[in-house]
Amino acid sequence: MTLSQDEIFEKVQEALVDALGVDEEETTKEATLVGDLGAESIDFLDIVFKLEKAFGIEIPREELSPEDILTNSQYVQDGVVTPDGMQELKARMPWADLSKFEENPRVQDFGNLLTVGDLCSYVESKVNQ
Amino acid sequence: MRWFWVDRFTEFVSGSHAQGIKNVALDEEVLDHYCLGFAMLPPTLIIEGLAQLGGVLVHEVFGFEKRVVLAKVGSVKYHQPAKAGDQLIYRVRLEGVQERGATVTGTSHCEGVLQAEAELMFAFMEDGYLVEGPLFNRGDLRAMLRLMDFFKVAVTADGKPIPTYENL
Repeated sequence: MTLSQDEIFEKVQEALVDALGVDEEETTKEATLVGDLGAESIDFLDIVFKLEKAFGIEIPREELSPEDILTNSQYVQDGVVTPDGMQELKARMPWADLSKFEENPRVQDFGNLLTVGDLCSYVESKVNQ
Repeated sequence: MRWFWVDRFTEFVSGSHAQGIKNVALDEEVLDHYCLGFAMLPPTLIIEGLAQLGGVLVHEVFGFEKRVVLAKVGSVKYHQPAKAGDQLIYRVRLEGVQERGATVTGTSHCEGVLQAEAELMFAFMEDGYLVEGPLFNRGDLRAMLRLMDFFKVAVTADGKPIPTYENL
């Protein structure tokens, strides 16, 4: 099943409105899930369930939450992701715009990285494979 | 005070759905506190009842090995109050299961009329988070389930009695 970007955006918006109790207008493509929409860690699990149901896809934990990379001393030094770590993140999350994060890749900032647009790109990579 | 908000399991199919009953009785003090002068079961305790039924449904999928907690209550609708003397029929259905949690939808009916409906999400607490070890003392959950007739009605997806879980 191929879905257009608009169709994907609409369904992602629906999932976020439902999971986070935000208004549809707030769920712009640029909005960050944590900073702008107030998502907490438990909400991510809820969002995953809603996206899986809406799109009929499976979302493995490590695809949206690369905790294994961010807690690996091989890829993180003094709380900062190393160039090797950045490469791993890019390979794991080709759908995410990591350019801003890369300027100052502090692990503590990673949580507020994902935007609605990133989520749409991720879903698109799954449904339009 | 006992924290049992389902009286009895009446149906349980592993990995699929469960049904139970909750009799609302005037001797329950909680009926007095929600709406003065109008004895009713607080809606939050209907959510709790659905969560207890749904929590066991999720718990059993993983052989009662995970530390299952109610993590999030999604949309909830109350259509009518649950008054003293009412018998509520709770039904829960397993909607999704992930390595980190599960979702369940639940309904409460009274005399065939939809009384409440809710979406519930359960999460699995990782080892060492908040408390060490299992969330129930050994034997406590088994005793609770026995009290609620769980073992009398619980069957596997193909209709056989559920296995004996030694870890309960």
